[in-house]
Amino acid sequence: MIKEEQVLLRVHHLTVRRLRSWVERGWVSPIRGEEGNEYDEIDVARIDLIRQLRDDMSVDPEAVPFLLSMIDQVYSLRRELRCVMRAIDNQPESVKSKIISELKKTRPT
Amino acid sequence: MSKTPYEVLGVPKTASDDDIRKAYRKLAKELHPDLNPGDEAAEERFKQVSAAFAIIGDSEKKAAYDRGEIDETGAEKPKQHYYRQYADTDAPHQYHSSTGFQDFADLGDIFQDMFGRTGQANAAPNRGVDVRYHLKISFLEAAKGEKKRITMPDGASLDVTIPRGVNDGDVIRLKGKGQTGRSGGPAGDALVAIEVEPHPKFKRDGLDITVDLPVTIDQAVLGAKVDVPTIDGVVSMTIPKGVSSDRVMRLKGRGVGDRSGKRRGDQLVRLTIVLPDKIDKQLEDFMTEWRARHDDNPQKPQ
Repeated sequence: MIKEEQVLLRVHHLTVRRLRSWVERGWVSPIRGEEGNEYDEIDVARIDLIRQLRDDMSVDPEAVPFLLSMIDQVYSLRRELRCVMRAIDNQPESVKSKIISELKKTRPT
Repeated sequence: MSKTPYEVLGVPKTASDDDIRKAYRKLAKELHPDLNPGDEAAEERFKQVSAAFAIIGDSEKKAAYDRGEIDETGAEKPKQHYYRQYADTDAPHQYHSSTGFQDFADLGDIFQDMFGRTGQANAAPNRGVDVRYHLKISFLEAAKGEKKRITMPDGASLDVTIPRGVNDGDVIRLKGKGQTGRSGGPAGDALVAIEVEPHPKFKRDGLDITVDLPVTIDQAVLGAKVDVPTIDGVVSMTIPKGVSSDRVMRLKGRGVGDRSGKRRGDQLVRLTIVLPDKIDKQLEDFMTEWRARHDDNPQKPQ
């Protein structure tokens, strides 16, 4: 678990106010506890992503949740797709080739 | 937040080597500890300035810093961690979103099962975000159940009912206790991760509780009635005659209750024979005599 102070040290150009406002808006979901918020590595990486969106790419604050939601959906879809691919790969050759030929038919090129 | 070496020396990133050197010399003259005796702030800044110049005053290190390979202390930076490295994984995490494929369930029955259930709770587009909490509770609170209030440093609080028998690492979901929804949407949930502090005496094994109990040599030989700590307080237990160390006694129904309240585990008491601090003459004489009359040898294989 990473404490707020450590997050501030690790992410450049981050202030307490910025970090807390991002948490407040639900862009980052740390674990809350009696000794303050605790962050995972994924939270720190996400905070750095938000900082890059805001500072380096001048993304408007209104657009940030929209972008984050899109990014999360892409990764979640990629995860589901990987699972489906793995499931297909575990099938016998005959089933695999059927699925692949079906895929070629249904997917417009 | 730490400053970049450029900021410390007050030069732009595009500054020439000459400019950097000039800026350093000027600051060094101003801040040198020997020229500012007793001025701790100046000394601290002098250290920062020297450290900054050690990096961007050295063409090789400056190049490494500019490429992001070393940080402002000159230490090798851990490779940059992109969000993707954590988010694009098979392991579930708090930012997973199923809104992108909820309608896949309409494609057929088998997909209903795969995609239909995943995001039901998060289905509403304006639903508030789930908020995660961490709550440390004592062993006894976990064993017996308890009402707890989490008070955050900002004064906000959350009431949590701990079900009895909760385990370390369990997550309690409190419906609607997360962030409020946007434009009238439902609130998110609060997810409370439980950490159970270990107890000096008791340990958990599912619904059973184990405890070590020291007994004296006479209690072990002659049997005795002893007091044993349980999660509900001290109870009396009978030790039969002639017990050895590691003998486990079972106190029925003195363990942890299950969630339904129908079943309760036991307490397992493991006995350890403890000799008196001082062996007096009487005991020694008796043992000498006893040994002369017995040749039991537990070390010998049976």
